[in-house]
Amino acid sequence: MDIFIAPVKFSNVQLLKNLASELSRKFSSKINIIDLHIDIDNFLSKERGQYFSTQIIAEAIKLTGEFNGKVILLTEVDIYVPVLTFIFGEAQLNGKHSVVSICRLHEEFYSGESNDQLLLERANKEMLHELGHNYGLVHCLNWDCVMHSSPGIEEVDIKGTSFCRSCASKVEHFKY
Amino acid sequence: MSNREKILIVDDEKIVRESLFHWFEEEGYEVDTAEDGEAALRKYENTGFDLLLVDMKMPGMSGLELLSKIKEIDKEAVIILITAFASVPTAIAALKNGAYDYVTKPVDPDELAHLVKKALEQRALKIENLQLKENIEEIIRPDNLIGESYQMKKIYELVQTVAPADTTVMIRGESGTGKELVAKAIHINSKRKYFPIIPVNCGALAESILESELFGHEKGAFTGAQYRRKGKFEMADGGTIFLDEIGSISQKMQIELLRVIETRQFNRVGGNELIKSDFRIIIATNEPLEELVKAGKFREDLYYRLNVFTIIIPPLRERRDDIPLLVNFFLNKFSTAMNKPIKSVSKEAMDFLINYDWPGNVRELENAVERAVVVGKTSSIMVDDLPFHVSSAHVDTEDGAKSLSSIEKKYILKILNENNWNISRSAQVLEIDRVTLYNKINKYSLRKNDY
Repeated sequence: MDIFIAPVKFSNVQLLKNLASELSRKFSSKINIIDLHIDIDNFLSKERGQYFSTQIIAEAIKLTGEFNGKVILLTEVDIYVPVLTFIFGEAQLNGKHSVVSICRLHEEFYSGESNDQLLLERANKEMLHELGHNYGLVHCLNWDCVMHSSPGIEEVDIKGTSFCRSCASKVEHFKY
Repeated sequence: MSNREKILIVDDEKIVRESLFHWFEEEGYEVDTAEDGEAALRKYENTGFDLLLVDMKMPGMSGLELLSKIKEIDKEAVIILITAFASVPTAIAALKNGAYDYVTKPVDPDELAHLVKKALEQRALKIENLQLKENIEEIIRPDNLIGESYQMKKIYELVQTVAPADTTVMIRGESGTGKELVAKAIHINSKRKYFPIIPVNCGALAESILESELFGHEKGAFTGAQYRRKGKFEMADGGTIFLDEIGSISQKMQIELLRVIETRQFNRVGGNELIKSDFRIIIATNEPLEELVKAGKFREDLYYRLNVFTIIIPPLRERRDDIPLLVNFFLNKFSTAMNKPIKSVSKEAMDFLINYDWPGNVRELENAVERAVVVGKTSSIMVDDLPFHVSSAHVDTEDGAKSLSSIEKKYILKILNENNWNISRSAQVLEIDRVTLYNKINKYSLRKNDY
């Protein structure tokens, strides 16, 4: 089963390549970067200046329903679900689709200083995390596991970079 | 490991119900929804829930009415109200009628997660099921703290002794001996294991950055602080903070640190709110703190606060018996990661590894095995695969770089430059795959114009 990374409003080509490379190191699945030509402008809440992630996923499902594998949408725009002020990502539990926003993973957002390496690490964690949900994993209590809940950037930084042994055993084609 | 508490979301807006449903489902809770007060009551009577999230404004029965009716059924029911900003005074009134708390829309995910967790913990409904117990076992075992030597067994004993107490621990040892791993072993064997251990390398950060790292900052506290950020002490609430290279902090930070250790309270940089945090402190140093105290560079009162229980980790050259175990552990780790069929170490190579002095300790050994797996061509690691000249105790490059990583970095850069940064060709020359090469380029932040 393949993993498809679909950039949507995403211009950082180097980061995209690095993320794909990180995923191919961790999964024996084929990692594909695809352009879905999704138009998400209709999902922008002008009031909030953010995009509604559930609608982005719904749009992707229309285009990739036949795909044999997991589809991760990667975006630079800020995303939300109603009630919450923001989210880093959303996934279908036991499903195929997820979306990850790197908007609030940028260190500039917090300290004003750019850090590409930290951005790569955070984005990699959040992609793995949402993929984990696609494989049916819920949040794990082990802080060394990437499936630990991370409602804020501090938790993203603290939690581990990969699945714990228990979670890894439930993820198909995960190498280590 | 998952939470299995049951949460009922009551809101007339489908979009809100669905969003919260998915969010809590991912948290591992059992979630159900109801579109109005009547449906919520029916579900509550049939199933019973550990926590209810109730919208204040709903057609028909309001959130407040539902709160009263649920409380008639179960006085202990935990109900959190969701309200728009305008209804805050009503929500405050609801607290008097037994609501646990309220949140205003839209709510910060961090705030909601903590509120729900706190509410459920207070109700003492955390059920440790079989799955949870299995995972505890997994967490407790310090996977990569390796060694069966007499010295390491002594350390395991000390860890077991000190872990359950909340004592401050000072870990001493040369660079690369695994001080952070010992700190982690203490943490995961303590009652604080479900909370995080937060490592801070005090030596790597300038004073101003360290202050913000440790205590956090408010939005606008300094140029570029666009968003409030929690500090390491705040993140360590319930868990452990691990302060590495403690000997390198400034006098000002020493005073701040002493205050926090004594009061467990602090302010975020640029903030007035007093933050309380319950943490255990483990510190590490490879500097002679006693001499720093004598020289007036480290506060004596802080030294005594920190020097309660000491664990000294011996350098690798003093526990050579552990080297084969460590080599095999790292070999397995890197050959799996790089997809290389290297399964063993030749006798000559192992003898060499056992007899080398390892000034950089376990970290240096790990790098040596990683390098050997990268360049290894057969199913066994040979002496030639090691980053040393045979029978030489020291390695030197033309410009004096000595560490394995700096040699590897220079070598990879050399090959990349020789091949005009053609990744496929360079990877072929280095006999590694393209992904591994990309990872090395990222690891060493190599750029095309570097020399």
